Amino acid sequence: MKIKTPEDLYMIKNEGLKALYPGKTKITVGTSTCGLATGAGKVLESLVDEVQKNDMDILIEKVGCLGFCQKEPIVTVLEPGKPKIIYEQITPEKVVELIAVLKRGEIKKDWVLCKMEEEECLVEGVTKKFCNEEGLKGVEDICLYQEVDFYRKQLKIALNNCGFIDPERIEEYIARGGYFPLYKVLHEMSPQEVIEEVKQSGLRGRGGAGFPTGVKWESCRNAKGDIKYVICNADEGDPGAYMDRSILEGDPYSVLEGMVIGAYAIGAHEGYIYLRNEYPLAIRTIKKSIEKAEGCGLLGKNILNSNFDFTVKINRGGGAFVCGESSALMASLEGKVGEPRAKYIRSVEKGLWDRPSNINNVETWANVPVIIARGAEWFAKIGTKSSRGTKVFSVVGKVNNTGLVEVPMGISLKEIIYDICGGVQGNKKFKAVQTGGPSGGCIPESLIHLPVDYEELTRVGSMMGSGGMIVMDEDTCMVDIANYFLTFLEEESCGKCVPCREGIKRARQVLQGITEGRGEEGDIELLQDLGAILKDGSLCGLGTSAANPVLSTLRYFREEYETHIRNKKCPAGVCRELFQYFIDPERCEGCHRCVEVCPQQAVSGEKRQPHSMDQSKCIKCGACVEVCKFGAIVKQ
Amino acid sequence: MEPSINNEKIDSIIEKYKGEKGLLISLLQDIQTEVNYLPREILIKVSKEMDIPLSQVFSVATFFKAFSLKPRGRHLINICLGTACHVRGAIGILGKIERELNIKVGDTTKDFRFTLETVRCVGCCSLSPVVVIDENTHGRVKQEKVFTVLENYR
Repeated sequence: MKIKTPEDLYMIKNEGLKALYPGKTKITVGTSTCGLATGAGKVLESLVDEVQKNDMDILIEKVGCLGFCQKEPIVTVLEPGKPKIIYEQITPEKVVELIAVLKRGEIKKDWVLCKMEEEECLVEGVTKKFCNEEGLKGVEDICLYQEVDFYRKQLKIALNNCGFIDPERIEEYIARGGYFPLYKVLHEMSPQEVIEEVKQSGLRGRGGAGFPTGVKWESCRNAKGDIKYVICNADEGDPGAYMDRSILEGDPYSVLEGMVIGAYAIGAHEGYIYLRNEYPLAIRTIKKSIEKAEGCGLLGKNILNSNFDFTVKINRGGGAFVCGESSALMASLEGKVGEPRAKYIRSVEKGLWDRPSNINNVETWANVPVIIARGAEWFAKIGTKSSRGTKVFSVVGKVNNTGLVEVPMGISLKEIIYDICGGVQGNKKFKAVQTGGPSGGCIPESLIHLPVDYEELTRVGSMMGSGGMIVMDEDTCMVDIANYFLTFLEEESCGKCVPCREGIKRARQVLQGITEGRGEEGDIELLQDLGAILKDGSLCGLGTSAANPVLSTLRYFREEYETHIRNKKCPAGVCRELFQYFIDPERCEGCHRCVEVCPQQAVSGEKRQPHSMDQSKCIKCGACVEVCKFGAIVKQ
Repeated sequence: MEPSINNEKIDSIIEKYKGEKGLLISLLQDIQTEVNYLPREILIKVSKEMDIPLSQVFSVATFFKAFSLKPRGRHLINICLGTACHVRGAIGILGKIERELNIKVGDTTKDFRFTLETVRCVGCCSLSPVVVIDENTHGRVKQEKVFTVLENYR
């Protein structure tokens, strides 16, 4: 059915509400890639089996990711009149008991993460209560969703639907306020008014440099040309960042709706989504969503009976990091190799096929419908003066609670890493947090109180980037990290301009030398020189920012470089040429586990006697450290 | 055994993209999904049928990491070397798999069972270190468990 009038929208909304709160028991399983990787697929299968076996009338639904990836697979149970119970780390084995417990009308409290007594619908600005007085009894001791440390300080705008709706059901998206903003835009607002609203909101690009979105739209609208393009950059290449994947898998319609609003404001009728080939589930989800939106008259000709036409095509990337750069991405969309060009003329004037093109990333597009629905004023109140709204961060690495965290801009690193994500894993000491991907830098402990926004991160030598936050502990070597990023960038440099192609290679050679014990006096100065040349001479952002990982680690961890160069030691015990494994006879219980896993037969010893390590055979693969339960294998 | 090529299927893939020069990358991806790699004769065919210079087809096929000009094994192992995986020991996992299969990155086992490649982030950072085999993502992989994981792929 084609949706044409507000009445049509309300009708679909009612259908969606029935699917969201069906009046009978409903179980959801988070089946985004992170859920599936921990076995959510099998959990879902067993749920279907068990429910059938027990002949129970229960609705089972797939939803996106609730953000708390550490606790996947996450299963929720919503019984009429009762609070929604969110279970963590459910396995196929646990499902049998879970269903049995449910049949008895009980709750398996040991596995519960939290409960929800109400659900906020952000787009509409209302909260839906779904339990009655009776339902509240017996669950008083279960923590509320909004009181869980991981969620307490979060404010979800871009992620507002993720984990709450079935991404494939457009009616559930509409039930949570979706497509009402688009109706308002197409029928009640002029393109200029839309641009003004987005400008007033202060929304800035969530993919890297943070360019004001409304200003970009305006330039593209004013650019000369009949045909214009709107592009969604879903080539989320920054290692350590995956919020765009989660949005595409969990709430695809928010991106599509955002794109239609942008296209209307700019005057474009064709759009592209450039999506990484590494995200197969996201590709499938967005493909289905486009088809469904076309069927409902929310894409294609005469959208919502407004005479406005807009179509979207998907292009899969080919696994090149540089294609996240806008001009390289557009070259790739034209079927060419992804090489950037010099930007004397900006892509809003001459982009794809030399026509005005406006590109924003997934998270930016997902913010747009909410801004239209709640208004620029509401949005601009969130965050800091220069960075409005929220930002999604993927907090990963050596941290207790990994996951996607959406917080108001201006919150401190410490609040994100400690209050929300529970601090560093295994009681180790915090060393640094890496933000901004390969263009960013490492921020040391002394700056842990830094408020997070675009300007502050740049000021300390890093950048916002797309929002990856990789937490590093004392066992992480900063020279190795710099070497890691430069190796990455050397591989990913397209090779078009000399400073980037040769400069990164040379810097990587110097760094590799340092990590392998061939560092010399003068290396640090050479790296700084190379960094300056890269910054001044490279064609695109990949090259100009390539030195950031080196320069930021030099700025805050210079001593570590010097120890590598002068003493030929790696204090963190990462650089293989600069440390050796020893077995501490005091701690070794002689369990033989290490002897069994060592691929080189480097460890030997009688059972129940302390073992010993043959340094000439050891390749430092770390297999023994992984299996040792007594912490007896030490690095020196 | 090297995979065999279904010419009719290739023709129908090319047919789908005719007139859409911008979709060269998607076209090559579909062919690679079908054949498992991009054989020389098919690249020549694509160039002729799509009216795109062979030099451009070849440059695209070699520029992007997703493409392989060599036959790949039945199962593609991608070790994630993203930052989160790197700090949580991806290099150790890579070494373990190299030793287990007795091949290096980029190589295919003699029985065409596995091809081993690396990838820069699959967006599953919360479960690092991650290994993707075909389309299955394996999270929190340990060196010790590598063998068991590989056994599921024959």
